Amino acid sequence: MPDSQHDGSAYNYAYLDEQTKRMIRRAILKAVAVPGYQVPFGGREMPLPYGWGTGGIQVTAAIIGRDDTLKVIDQGADDTTNAVSIRRFFARVAEVATTTRTAEATVIQTRHRVPETPLKDGQILVFQVPIPEPLRMLEPRETETRTLHALSEYGVMQVSLYESIARHGRIAKTYNYPVLVNGRYMMSPSPIPKFDNPKLDRNPALQLYGAGREKRIYAVPPYTPVKSLDFDDHPFEIERWSECCALCGSRESFLDEMIVDDAGKRLFVCSDTDYCRERRGEPVQ
Amino acid sequence: MYVAVKGGETAIEHSLELLADRRRGARDVPELSTRQIHEQLALAVDRVMTEGSCYDRELAALAIKQARGDLVEAIFLLRAYRTTLPRFGDSLPLDTRRMAAERRISSTFKDVPGGQVLGPTFDYSHRLLDFALMANGEHPAAPTAPVDAAPDLPRVGDILEREGMLEPPPSEGSPHRDITRTPLTLPASRPVRLQNLARGDEGFLLALAYSTQRGYGNNHPFVGEIRFGAVPVSFVPEELGFAIEIAEIDVTECDMVNQFAGSHDVPPQFTRGYGLAFGHAERKAMAMALVDRALRAQELSETATSPAQDEEFVLAHSDSVEASGFVQHLKLPHYVDFQSELVVVRLLRAEVEARRRQAAFDRAAE
Amino acid sequence: MNAPLLSARGVTRRFGGRIACREVSFDLWPGEVLGIVGESGSGKTTLLNCLAGRLAPDEGTITYDSAAAGTVDVHALSEARRRLLARTEWGFVNQDAREGLRMGVSAGANIGERLMAIGARHYGSIRQTASDWLARVEIDLDRLDDRPTTYSGGMRQRLQIARNLVSEPRLVFMDEPTGGLDVSVQARLLDLLRGLVDRFHLSAVLVTHDLGVARLLTHRLMVMQGGRVVEHGLTDQVLDDPQHAYTQMLVASILPV
Repeated sequence: MPDSQHDGSAYNYAYLDEQTKRMIRRAILKAVAVPGYQVPFGGREMPLPYGWGTGGIQVTAAIIGRDDTLKVIDQGADDTTNAVSIRRFFARVAEVATTTRTAEATVIQTRHRVPETPLKDGQILVFQVPIPEPLRMLEPRETETRTLHALSEYGVMQVSLYESIARHGRIAKTYNYPVLVNGRYMMSPSPIPKFDNPKLDRNPALQLYGAGREKRIYAVPPYTPVKSLDFDDHPFEIERWSECCALCGSRESFLDEMIVDDAGKRLFVCSDTDYCRERRGEPVQ
Repeated sequence: MYVAVKGGETAIEHSLELLADRRRGARDVPELSTRQIHEQLALAVDRVMTEGSCYDRELAALAIKQARGDLVEAIFLLRAYRTTLPRFGDSLPLDTRRMAAERRISSTFKDVPGGQVLGPTFDYSHRLLDFALMANGEHPAAPTAPVDAAPDLPRVGDILEREGMLEPPPSEGSPHRDITRTPLTLPASRPVRLQNLARGDEGFLLALAYSTQRGYGNNHPFVGEIRFGAVPVSFVPEELGFAIEIAEIDVTECDMVNQFAGSHDVPPQFTRGYGLAFGHAERKAMAMALVDRALRAQELSETATSPAQDEEFVLAHSDSVEASGFVQHLKLPHYVDFQSELVVVRLLRAEVEARRRQAAFDRAAE
Repeated sequence: MNAPLLSARGVTRRFGGRIACREVSFDLWPGEVLGIVGESGSGKTTLLNCLAGRLAPDEGTITYDSAAAGTVDVHALSEARRRLLARTEWGFVNQDAREGLRMGVSAGANIGERLMAIGARHYGSIRQTASDWLARVEIDLDRLDDRPTTYSGGMRQRLQIARNLVSEPRLVFMDEPTGGLDVSVQARLLDLLRGLVDRFHLSAVLVTHDLGVARLLTHRLMVMQGGRVVEHGLTDQVLDDPQHAYTQMLVASILPV
């Protein structure tokens, strides 16, 4: 019964009032219907600061119910402070079960990563997006970028990749790497490393992207083609490490680099803490 | 090695406890009451109400107390509370002619009907620190003039308008659009712009307004009128069908009069920029009026080349809660993206180094 | 050659109460270069912007015989179609090269942009084409990766021409392409333009206040004064035997060479 206030709180279930949730759900439906298109929505002021996941939180608040199991990650980890803070928020206002296990979660809210464990049908991945407009750094005006999207005029993005090769000998863009969704809309995948871009392509899970400050929602429905931009003779490629994870030995996952002593000694470990734990066969804490 | 982040939950709890402790300060100093704040730091309360878009002195005072005097943080607290409040409907537009003005000045005429009323203002105070305040010296009550029986205080603008010298205010009736419920789309209507500016950060608007005076989009402004005082708020409940007064609020209004050369269709006349703020906030209302006028450049076929005339630039960056959040989010971990950058920068550096070595080898071989 | 490439009929454009150009009609035939001359304020740039679809006329129509879609009414097209036309079949050379170039990216990227906008995705071949065009506009190949900010005024203008011609447009609009350049630089640019027009059988509408430029580059001339076309004919005819008093004044005011 998500429509009622829950006991002992001055706030509605999942914080947002039901009218607002309906408005956000309408925006989400539109976003799903037009993959990659940025739908403006009446973003509310949340009790967390802009830039700290207010878009993702509103999307999650609009779709979550008491039967859901929520996982929140930041930088791939469940235990980073902002992930902890957002998880606490939902545990408090939505009385929802939380988990750190990717496979158990029905809704995963993330900042900057896509889990290494492949997602399944029925799961929803909610991205926190700072700047939803992929063309923003090339064209600061919203009025102009909306026209460029309407007309599919994306030459300018290709120009920036050309320039990168001319300057560096390769495409030096590393995160927030632009993609074309369903052959139509250019989209910012949020600041995930390009390592994660291939996971967006034809993913069985529903991907929802929420930008709170910029008041935009967009989506990639399950199994939708998502292509990372490139050139025929400079194909898209992902980051590689010569090291493996110091904890689980993985060579397939995105590695975080840690400086472990004053001499600058480095250690590499999986960014996805749940994946790493699973591989080591350790129980959830 | 994960200890630092594993303790996330506990660390956050401890941080919150520390914050509460620091807020209270030394325990031998009496705790500040919210009443003291809204009585004695009234202008801070006014600013928080204005930019927080919520007229409630008590809540604004609470927000200031909780935010330890950080006004942008207090505005954020008040906004996050406001957003959860139910909406009963729209009040009727305020009629500031009905203001019980405590202060009213015009710089365009020596005298105006209703007179120049100085009221409480810092304007002619000499900015000398008053050490008597440090000693908590009580101040005697100020003498008050008998209440003026005149129900209405005509606006200076009305007089110029009758003459055709000043453009009339925009016609009423266009449906009002609440920018806290619907997303900002561009180009924006003037009502939408004014809402945005009313909520806009005072410092940002002040700097923009100042820039227009220094040649970045000159307005040629005159203060047509500034008035401050209490105005009634009326509301038409659906079940009654007629207006009832539900409150009285303090507002500051600024009607700025600006030169306009006219065009082929319109003879030269004065145009206006408008500012309104809750409570006593003249600097904010004036800055808002100057920026409002600057943003009308396109509508009035003026060349728009300065930041204050750029609607998208101004409206997208005016909000302190948005700006503060996004600037400060850089404190959040970004180590995944940084790792991606490290990988590529190392690769690029290795390639440059390899080319350099190859070149040195080629030279040696020659 | 049975239909004009571009036709203007009764094109009028006002700004407030002022009429910038009034009832202009003409046909431009394939392979033809039409000059529009007049003093500043005569309405020639307004007319050019109307012709190129950048400014809607208040009255009159402009039709274009498109390779892709047959005859189209330029201002009745959707913005999408008009922009597509502008970046495939047309070119536009601005007087100020900075307005026509992306100053923040290399010359190669500037030339390659149109190719990428219409789907080119092979870096090597885009770069090759950009090099070919750089050579064609007489810029050293080792400047390919330099930004136009490091170029001289004349080089920028040549780069802007290359950026426009790379997609082999059928029609190029030029607004004072030699304006603001030194005389020797102008002469070189004019030679280059003449060569390119011949080689690629370009049709062009060229706005200039310089009758010398008009004589060198154009086949036909329209003389504008106060928003009206006061004289129209073959370039040599108009310049050697001007009929209208205003044209006579213009011709008389240039120094004999």
